[in-house]
Amino acid sequence: MPFSEETLTRLKADAAEITGRYPKARSALLPLLYLVQSEEGYVSPEGIAFCAEVLGITETEVRGVATFYTMYKHEPAAEFQVGVCINTTCAIMGGDQIYEELAEHLGADPGEDHSHHDIKSPDGKVAVERLECNAACDYAPVVMVNWEFFDNQTPDTAKKLVDDLRAGETVTPTRGPARLCTWKQANRILAGFGDGQAADGPSAGPASLVGLKLAKAHGWKAPES
Amino acid sequence: MTDTLTPVLTANWDQPDSFTRTGYERTGGYKAIHKALALQPDDVIAQVKESVLRGRGGAGFPTGMKWSFIPQNDGKPHYLTVNADESEPGTCKDIPLMMANPHVLIEGIIITCYAIRASHAFIYVRGEVLHVIRRLQLAVAEAYEAGYLGKNILGSGFDLDVVVHAGAGAYICGEETALLTSLEGYRGLPRNRPPFPAVEGLYACPTVINNVESISSVPSIISEGPSWFSGLGTEKSKGYGIFSLSGHVKNPGQYEAPLGITLRELIDLAGGVLRPGHPVKFWTPGGSSTPILTHEHLDVPLDFEGVGAAGSMLGTRALQIFDDTTCVLRAALRWTEFYQHESCGKCTPCREGTYWMTRTIQRLEAGQGTEEDLDKLNDIGNNIVGRSFCALGDAAPAPIMSAIVHFRDEIMAHQKNGGCWFDPKASTAWAGN
Repeated sequence: MPFSEETLTRLKADAAEITGRYPKARSALLPLLYLVQSEEGYVSPEGIAFCAEVLGITETEVRGVATFYTMYKHEPAAEFQVGVCINTTCAIMGGDQIYEELAEHLGADPGEDHSHHDIKSPDGKVAVERLECNAACDYAPVVMVNWEFFDNQTPDTAKKLVDDLRAGETVTPTRGPARLCTWKQANRILAGFGDGQAADGPSAGPASLVGLKLAKAHGWKAPES
Repeated sequence: MTDTLTPVLTANWDQPDSFTRTGYERTGGYKAIHKALALQPDDVIAQVKESVLRGRGGAGFPTGMKWSFIPQNDGKPHYLTVNADESEPGTCKDIPLMMANPHVLIEGIIITCYAIRASHAFIYVRGEVLHVIRRLQLAVAEAYEAGYLGKNILGSGFDLDVVVHAGAGAYICGEETALLTSLEGYRGLPRNRPPFPAVEGLYACPTVINNVESISSVPSIISEGPSWFSGLGTEKSKGYGIFSLSGHVKNPGQYEAPLGITLRELIDLAGGVLRPGHPVKFWTPGGSSTPILTHEHLDVPLDFEGVGAAGSMLGTRALQIFDDTTCVLRAALRWTEFYQHESCGKCTPCREGTYWMTRTIQRLEAGQGTEEDLDKLNDIGNNIVGRSFCALGDAAPAPIMSAIVHFRDEIMAHQKNGGCWFDPKASTAWAGN
């Protein structure tokens, strides 16, 4: 659906701020794609046309970039995108089992290969996908929702997480804001527009602190200069 | 005698406001920039050279030397690009660092840019870590408010702008030239070298690309002195680093220690293996791109030379530890599938080789492989290494080729058993003894 005049005016103001960050405007393409994704939940043909117009490049050039990166969706995303890390450490620590049980929980046929597309809940609120390593291996197995950390998951906690999301309950990431934002809001942050929640949550999770705590307990320090 | 653990970058992570400017300043932050800005830029480079800081992103190239490759008085803008794309499987140090202590990175950026005479820096952070991006955005905004960024920083006449730029889910963008292509707004494909980024990097201008932890180590070198830094670590691998333990240990997490600590010491610090009676079977020293080692290598000093001599690489100090409940073929297959998924497709050895390696390992896992398949895997691997465009390709055969070196019998036993006999449930975090 084409953007309304009002939406277009708003998006253009945001786009001008984004392109203004870079010495060369073309560098703004990735954040611009996040901007249009924050509007519609995915990168639509209208979103592609908008980016092309802002940067003065062709729609094909924009599409070529948008399809290279996995964080851009090409069909409407769910309100909550649930990603289960299935890279080696998480998989072995139980990520494979979490993914399989979540898929079944959402009514997907376990015999079918879902590795290349999302499994959506019947109400469309939640989609489950497989993720590569998300740099939280010390909290394995890890589940991400809209790119927030849910550390040390089990099949049961992951299923409860999905149920809570579908029921509209307040869900709090392990290391993140007090309240999970929606997929569209998350994409706005990725476009470079903060949501004022940076100070929420802990400085560091428990696994991040194990070495420091041990050092303090033993009185170990870096030497004086 | 240096203490076993030496928290520097992690020292303030237990403070509830460690990620704020005031929290960072309370623990000594933003003192090094005063010292640096009083020096000549070349003297800053000299101090970092003298510290013998080597890149913390995996390759271990001397940081000060990299900076000195930037041509001077060339009339072109210079750029600093921080590689915060941390995506190497197993690697999980930069993400908690930027979440808990983003200002140490900002301070390092200011000093680095002053040294290389850059007035624009980019933090290319992977997109999949929303809260880390929030913290970086806040830290940059606070640094501007305090006059640490912007025009005429602390009255020095030095100007600097910093942009937080979110990547969009592509492992290849951790490769420095692919990162630059991506930052310019294109598909993240690697570039030919030469020209090296120091000569023609971002927008074909001289560019330094450094890992988050490398840049974050700079303030401590300036404030404590290069000899303080080089007094830590081993003969050729100086300083401290964050060691990230994951997998089958009791207390996985971040341990900051001088380079040269051993995995045996680290596992002891981590409370031992996860399940008594299930010893370490194999591990990566620094992410999936570093060939796996075994229980025989627990006493190898974790520095660039020690791990190299053991047939692997120090990499990112991402120690992924697997006990004897784990099938080595399952691990190698998953890593190989990852490289296939993340291959950008630009060069044939990597694009085709990762595909064929994946198929061959799948066949082995299903019990349908033969000895010839192992030779074939080694052949494919040797045709990828050194023949692909970038380091992603060079790394792709590491998991399976090292698994064949250490576990040939176990791999072939899949054929005799008609498939894999390991129970994946026995390896999970919640499995009993």
